[in-house]
Amino acid sequence: MAKTNKSEPLFHIAKRSDMTFKKAILVRVIAVVAALVLCAIITMITTGLNPFTVYGSMAKGAFGTVRKSWITVQDTSILLLIALALTPAFKMRFWNIGGEGQVLIGALATSAVMLKLADHLPNPLLIAVMLVAAVLAGGIWGVIPAIFKAKWNTNETLFTLMMNYIATQLVAFFIIVWEYPKGAGKVGIINPKTELGWLPKIGNFMGSKYMLTIFIAVLTTIAMFAYLYYSKQGYEICVVGESENTARYVGINVGKVIIRTMFISGAICGLTGFILVAGIHQTITTSLVGGQGFTAVMVSWLAKFNPFIMIFASLLIIFLKKGAGEVATSCGLNESFSEILTGIIIFFIIGCEFFIRYKIIFNKKSAKGGNK
Amino acid sequence: MKKFSKFVALALACVLTFALCACSADTTESNGSGSSNGSSNQKSSVKAGLICLHDENSTYDLNFINGFKAACEAAGVEYLIKTGVPEGQEAYDAACELAEAGCNFIFADSFGHEDYIIKAAKEYPEIQFSHATGTQAHTENLANFHNAFANIFQGRYLAGIAAGMKLNEMIANGEITAEEAKMGYVGAFTYAEVISGYTSFYLGAKSVCPSVTMEVTFTGSWYDETAEKTGAQTLIDNGCVLISQHADSMGAPTACEQAGVPNISYNGSTEAACPNTFIVSSRIDWTPYFAYCIKAIEKGDAIATDWNGTLETGSVVLTDLGAAAVDGTAEAIEEARNKIINGELNVFDISTFTVGGETLTSYMADVDTDPAYEGDHEAIVDGYFNESGEGLRSAPFFNLQIDGISLLDAAY
Repeated sequence: MAKTNKSEPLFHIAKRSDMTFKKAILVRVIAVVAALVLCAIITMITTGLNPFTVYGSMAKGAFGTVRKSWITVQDTSILLLIALALTPAFKMRFWNIGGEGQVLIGALATSAVMLKLADHLPNPLLIAVMLVAAVLAGGIWGVIPAIFKAKWNTNETLFTLMMNYIATQLVAFFIIVWEYPKGAGKVGIINPKTELGWLPKIGNFMGSKYMLTIFIAVLTTIAMFAYLYYSKQGYEICVVGESENTARYVGINVGKVIIRTMFISGAICGLTGFILVAGIHQTITTSLVGGQGFTAVMVSWLAKFNPFIMIFASLLIIFLKKGAGEVATSCGLNESFSEILTGIIIFFIIGCEFFIRYKIIFNKKSAKGGNK
Repeated sequence: MKKFSKFVALALACVLTFALCACSADTTESNGSGSSNGSSNQKSSVKAGLICLHDENSTYDLNFINGFKAACEAAGVEYLIKTGVPEGQEAYDAACELAEAGCNFIFADSFGHEDYIIKAAKEYPEIQFSHATGTQAHTENLANFHNAFANIFQGRYLAGIAAGMKLNEMIANGEITAEEAKMGYVGAFTYAEVISGYTSFYLGAKSVCPSVTMEVTFTGSWYDETAEKTGAQTLIDNGCVLISQHADSMGAPTACEQAGVPNISYNGSTEAACPNTFIVSSRIDWTPYFAYCIKAIEKGDAIATDWNGTLETGSVVLTDLGAAAVDGTAEAIEEARNKIINGELNVFDISTFTVGGETLTSYMADVDTDPAYEGDHEAIVDGYFNESGEGLRSAPFFNLQIDGISLLDAAY
C-alpha cells in the first residue's frame, strides 16, 4: 500500500467543460499580464531599465506616432486576413497550416504580372490581372492538398506544411531569375520609377495609403462571418467538420466541400499576397509573409473561429510584436531580443488555453490512490 | 482550480514585488525615455539611426557599428542601432521605425538595402538617408538620399606593396624563383567591388615585384568560413606562396596559418589568431563619414550625393604590421601613401597594366546601374582609370580582367 502511494503522481489532468466565458477571459488576461511581467523582468535583468519604461516603450512601439498607429492597424489587417482565410478550413477540421505558402504564391503571381506585363497593359487592367492571378495562384495552392485529401485521404497537415517550402523555394528561384541588377540576388522595389501596378491610395490624408488594406480586411471579415454562419455552404462546412459520415448521410458531397472550401481558403491567402506586394511592399522576398501564415493559425484558434473576435486577437498579437521590437531598439538591444520577448508572450497566450480546456487536480496526500 | 488560481495569484504577487524592488534600485541608469545611448553632455540637433544586415558577430557590420558609435559619441549625438535587418521589405520598415523614433540621419550598411532606403527617403523628405556601397544616389536625384564608400583600393594597393616585398624576400632567400612568385586571392563574388580590390592589391605587389602573378577564386558568399578556407587551401596547393582575401570570415587566414603561408587580411588585424603569417590588413574606417554627416546636418549643409573616403580623410586605414612583414615595409608603404595623397601616384595607372596584352586607352564603365551592365561613362582620364572618381559614383566600377591575374572560377 505504501508503495502505491509513493508512485501516485502529484496531480493529474482532466478535461473541463465548466469554464464560464467570463472566467475564460480572466484566464487569458492573467496570461497576458504574466507574460508582460516576465518580459519586464528579463528586460530589467539584461538592461537595468525599470519595467514601466519597458511597458511605455511597448505602447510607443505600436501607437507612438500617428503613422505607427496606422501601420499597426495595417499589419493587424494583414494578419486578420490570413486568419480569416484559414478559418473555413479549420471549421471543416481540415488543418490548413499552409497559409504561409498560399500567401507567398499569391505574392509571387502578383509580382510576376507586375514585372512582366507592366509595359503591355494599361495600369487599371494590370492591377486587375495581378489580382486575378494572385487569387487563382493562392486558390490552386490550397486546392492541391484538398484534392489529395478528398481522393486519397492524405494527411493535410503535412501536405499543406510541405507546400509552404515549395512556395518559398519557388520564390527564391524566381528572385534569381528576375534579379536586378544582375548578380545582386534580389528583385528590389518593383517598377520604382513608374509605380505601375502599385495599388492607389484612397483619398489624400495622413494614412490614406493604409486605407485600402484596412478596407479589404473589414469587408472580408463581414463576408466571412456571413458565409460561415448564414450560408448553406457555411453550414455544410460545419457538418463536414463535425462528422464526415453524417455529412455523407445527409447527402453532402464531402470531397466537393473540401475542395471548394480549400479554394476559398487559398484564394483569400492569395488576395493577401496581392495586397502585400501591390499595396504595401512592392517587392518580393522569401521573408515577405514573415511567418504570419503560422501566427494566423493561432489567431483563428484563439478567436474560436469567430471572425469578429479575430480582430482583437490579431490586434493583440501585432501590438505585442511591435512593442517587443520597440523595446529591443530603444533599449539598444539586439533584434533577437524582441524575438525572445514575442516568443515568451505567445507561449503564455497559447499555454493559457490549456488551463481553459483542462483542469489540474492535485492529489491530496491523504487520498488513497490504489484502485481507480 | 481554486488551488491553482491561488498559486497563480501568489506567483504574480511575488513577481510584481520583485519587479518593483528591482525598479527602484536602478532608475538612475537610464534617462526617462530609455532611448539614449549616446553621451548627452552636449545637446545635438542630430539623432542618428544605423541599419545593419547582421550584428556585431560579423566583422563587416562590427566595423560600421564601431565607427558609428565612435562618431556619435564624439559629437554627443543620440543614436539607435537596428541589427539583423535583411535586404528586403524589412529594411524599409526599419528605416521608417527609426524615422518615427525621431532619427534625422539614417544609414544602412548593406548593398541590398538600397532600394528600400530610397523608398523610405521618398516618404520622409526632411530626413537624411545614407547608404554604404550603393550605386543609385547619383541617378535617383533625391536631395535626402546619399551614397558613400571609401577608396579601399588605395589601402589594398598599399597592402599589396607589403606582399610584394615579402615575395622579393622569398626570391632573395632562394625559397622561390622570380617566376614562382604567385599570389592567391579568395574573393566573394565577381562584382566590381571585388575585382577593383584584387586588381589594386595585385598592382601594389607588382610595383615592387614585377614578376608577380596571381590566381583568384570565388566563394559566392560574403561569409562562408569553410568555403574560404577550402579556397585558400586550393590556392596554396596550386603553388601560391602568399594569400589575401575579400570575404569576411577567418577561413583564409586560418588556412594560411596552418600551412605557414604569409597572409594579408581584410577588415582588421588577424594577428592574434595568425601570429606567424599575418603581414598587414586594410579596412575602411567609417568614423570620418559619420562625423561628416552629423556636422553637415547640424550646420544645415547638404551631404554629398556620393562621398568617397580616402587615405587623406582617414577612411582608408592599414593595421600595424605583423611579424611576417619584411623590414622596410613600413617605410615603403609610407612613401607610396604620401605619393597617393599628393597625386603623384595613381593606383590604376594605365602604364602599369595591360588588358589582353594591350594598354588601355579608353573604357566605358558601367556607372549608372542597368540590367545589362552597359558602359555609360569614360573612365580613363589623364593616364589612369578613374576608379570611384569625382563626378562619377562612390561605389567601385573597375571590372576589367588585367593580364597577370587568372581566375580559377567565375561562377559567382
